[in-house]
Amino acid sequence: MALDKAAVRKIARLARIRVAEEELDGLAVELSNILTFVEQLGEVDTAGVEPMTSVVAMTLPRRADAVTDGNTADKVLVNAPEGTGNFFAVPKVVE
Amino acid sequence: MTTHAPHLIRGESGDWEVVIGLEVHAQVTSQAKLFSGAATAFGAEPNTQVSLVDAAMPGMLPVINGHCIEQAIKTGLGLKAQINRRSVFDRKNYFYADLPAGYQISQYLQPIVGKGEIVLDLPDGRGRTIAITRLHLEMDAGKSLHDQHPSQTYIDLNRAGVALMEIVSEPDLRTAEEAGAYVRKLRSILRYLGTCDGNMEEGSLRCDCNVSVRHPGEKLGTRTETKNVNSVRFVMAAIEHEARRQIGVLESGGTIQQETRLFDPATGTTRPMRSKEHAHDYRYFPDPDLLPLELSEAEIERIRASLPELPDDKKKRFIEGYKLSAQDAGVLVAEQAAANFFEAVAAGRDAKLAANWVINELFGRLNAAGKPIDASPVAAERLGALVDLIQDGTISGRIAKDVFETMFETGRDPAAIVEEKGLRQVSDTGALDAAIAEVLAGNADKVAEFKSGKDKLFGFFVGQVMKKTGGKANPGLVNDMLRKKLSS
Amino acid sequence: MTTLTDLSMAEARDGLRARKYSAKELAEAHVAAVERIKPLNAFITATPERALAAAAEADRRLARGEERAMEGLPLAIKDLFCTEGVLTTAASHILDGFKPPYESTVTANLWRAGALMLGKANLDEFAMGSSNMTSHYGPVESPWRRKGDNRALVPGGSSGGSAAAVAARAALGATGTDTGGSIRQPAAFCGIVGMKPTYGRCSRWGIVAFASSLDQAGPLTRNVRDAAIMLGAMAGHDPKDSTSVDTPVPDYEMALTGDIRGLRIGIPREYRMDGMNPEIERLWEQGKAWLRDAGAEPVDISLPHTKYALPTYYIVAPAEASSNLARYDGVRYGLRVPGRTLDEMYENTRAAGFGKEVRRRVMIGTYVLSAGYYDAYYNKARQIRTLIARDFDRAFKVCDAILTPTAPSAAFALGEKMDDPIAMYLNDVFTVPASLAGLPAISVPAGLSGDGLPLGLHLIGRAFDEAGVLKIAHVLERAADFRARP
Repeated sequence: MALDKAAVRKIARLARIRVAEEELDGLAVELSNILTFVEQLGEVDTAGVEPMTSVVAMTLPRRADAVTDGNTADKVLVNAPEGTGNFFAVPKVVE
Repeated sequence: MTTHAPHLIRGESGDWEVVIGLEVHAQVTSQAKLFSGAATAFGAEPNTQVSLVDAAMPGMLPVINGHCIEQAIKTGLGLKAQINRRSVFDRKNYFYADLPAGYQISQYLQPIVGKGEIVLDLPDGRGRTIAITRLHLEMDAGKSLHDQHPSQTYIDLNRAGVALMEIVSEPDLRTAEEAGAYVRKLRSILRYLGTCDGNMEEGSLRCDCNVSVRHPGEKLGTRTETKNVNSVRFVMAAIEHEARRQIGVLESGGTIQQETRLFDPATGTTRPMRSKEHAHDYRYFPDPDLLPLELSEAEIERIRASLPELPDDKKKRFIEGYKLSAQDAGVLVAEQAAANFFEAVAAGRDAKLAANWVINELFGRLNAAGKPIDASPVAAERLGALVDLIQDGTISGRIAKDVFETMFETGRDPAAIVEEKGLRQVSDTGALDAAIAEVLAGNADKVAEFKSGKDKLFGFFVGQVMKKTGGKANPGLVNDMLRKKLSS
Repeated sequence: MTTLTDLSMAEARDGLRARKYSAKELAEAHVAAVERIKPLNAFITATPERALAAAAEADRRLARGEERAMEGLPLAIKDLFCTEGVLTTAASHILDGFKPPYESTVTANLWRAGALMLGKANLDEFAMGSSNMTSHYGPVESPWRRKGDNRALVPGGSSGGSAAAVAARAALGATGTDTGGSIRQPAAFCGIVGMKPTYGRCSRWGIVAFASSLDQAGPLTRNVRDAAIMLGAMAGHDPKDSTSVDTPVPDYEMALTGDIRGLRIGIPREYRMDGMNPEIERLWEQGKAWLRDAGAEPVDISLPHTKYALPTYYIVAPAEASSNLARYDGVRYGLRVPGRTLDEMYENTRAAGFGKEVRRRVMIGTYVLSAGYYDAYYNKARQIRTLIARDFDRAFKVCDAILTPTAPSAAFALGEKMDDPIAMYLNDVFTVPASLAGLPAISVPAGLSGDGLPLGLHLIGRAFDEAGVLKIAHVLERAADFRARP
């Protein structure tokens, strides 16, 4: 699958990565090459094959319903690049 | 001329049918969050109920709360739904400031609960079945506070990771009233089950309303989704507004955009949500940090065996066992506490009389006082004792209302109030004879009129006797004695 | 007396217990070595004070006879493991200044066993690479040089700093993580042992995630015995990781009996690829002969979907990574590049914070999961992953372990293969299948290329049979008698 500039722009937007307009063409070629490489999977007949959900042969472990964590606002907030009081802060969002 | 079906909205271009589907997010009642050990309690200081998992710190991993799984199964069983023996947790990927990992763990293609149903109690006492599409478990996002700073949004992650059940209905609802009845009934079932406290003010129950309109018989119109509506009244208002808005747009030649909207309680209107205007591509895929959830038949049966009697069954029992009307039974079973209260009052007594007192007097008085049944100043045994006093003729129904008023104010025992105030019914024929004789003597003209055929005057004589006895005369006895006297 | 930095882990352990030297002396020698190899850029953060403090505690315990399994043994920790209060970068600009308020389970296990940390080792950014050239903190140089050529070589990747530090005698061992070969390939390039355990054997809690269904922590050491010692300390069930398996951890050192008689060693015919490097092919034949000489029985096996492992991996891993890396958004930790709106801030932060290869993989991953492409790419890859795992299941009905080369070539020069991502991806061609099937695998240094660079042989075992893999690796190691040093 060859990706065009518009497709790359859309992917970059979805991934929230700013890509300069002049980089789009080069990126389109690179990503298209990778897609061409992985598309050889199309050769394999996978009719009726269950997609792997987990490589571990076990069931989902469950924890007890007990409060064992929290009350650590300091740890939660200590690395925040911006914040105030007990909050994280981001540029204003208009809903 | 055709009759206008009540569920249709009349527009300039003819009748419109409103098609409504609801997605209810119900917070699972649990101590800890779905994937972390942080607490779920409402109203804590910002970011104090947040684990490093909830804050999506690098390398943090989810481990599921087993109780939340059981709560979801319980709810599924309460909705008479298919419980899926295998379900999968997926990541729903999107960027938002209050979604720390950049994905929400949810269930997409393989939810824990499949098709079920809810029976709506219509005002005329009939039931209407609404199909449930599915129920799945997912984690809540945090909270964005937009009004604390002129140029910043603040983020509180206390809610992030709290377990939610998303309960999706088929687009079977046709009016705002039905949607309201649906939410009330669902809330009632959840409360019976103890799987969600249904507290809409605290956000434990939120509703996304999918609304479209069409002329009857046409294919489905484009729908809008009004998000996070948090009261039954607002759900109804949002749907009503949205339906009329869509009709207005269509009738003026416009088209409906498929979009996410917000309801503004202040104006009762909906508006498009600006922050979500980008086309979504959630890129769901199975969360590789979690394994598929496998349930055994034994576990499902164990939970089934633990289910309480649910409103529909209880209602049926009340109608059949207590011979109540469908409407009275419906009112009584809406809340488990009310139903229990009623049963305590009705035990060994006239059930219809008990139902009357609970519904008309107690509920009416509680509503006026804004009190829930749990906070009733009149205990069930005492209301029962009051019914006893009526049944055994100690007091009349009329006097009983006065006694009840005192009970509601003081919480006291009705017998004590009757004694203290001397309200005991007069059933002494000698005393009544005297009173009747006095009344007849003082109204000889009316007695003559009565005897010449003016039957209606009978009520007047009864009233006069009651008045003379301060309302305490046994009305049945007064009737009998008066009739005898007047016919002699 | 050999210098303290030349000791193996087992020798150092025994020497400490015999009071031949103190933990302080051992730590000081390694702290100095870390300083000495600075030009290799193997470490992002050195933590000498911490190492020396832990050594003092180790000496106290040794004096009381209370030493633990790895008491006083100095290690390098791949900078993908979160270490409490110590800068943890994943070699990415986007984690600028991030000091985790928590310790990964694997490192906590190591500290509980008495090991000490020399520093945080360099790696490919977010473990995405096979050369250690994608690090924001600059490439790592291998301590090795080709004969008669002084050009700097790559140590392999992504655990390149870990491998270089161990090969250069600056650490007795190092932690690595392996998603498609990130422990085994750098071990092969640097002439050391590297083991990826079974998926679920070591906890992933506290390790910066690359591809969650593939990531596994494991040891890089200078010999098989050391790998056995270190894996024993790292492994174990962790209730904080839902994919961690609750199964006992055997004493791996005890498994090194030297007796592999009667074991069947599978030789997969599909690994004999067109245009295969003859040196690699010869080494593989040699490995087969060594194991036969030791009494094992080589058997031809078929792993029919081998060819599709690499493309499968390059869908699955970027897809998971695109989601795992969504949390690096400038809100709660790390780099933030301002923007007028929230989305602008996200886009600016992630464009500046992620390097080229990470951006590329996040975008590929985003694409293969997106509406309309999911089935053709991601779901197809998951189906083929099932087929690849089935290939191994069938093979293990007729053999007890599988022998292959570790990498298709010896180390290449710094800067080579950078212009063609797919040529770089081919480095993992032999290691990726075991990753997709979640199986334990080890690389053992087994010989030198014509220009004097180490080459590794690769053994794959049944799920949770690390003991069996280590036993065979130990025999292979003795037969190969690899003594070359950088």
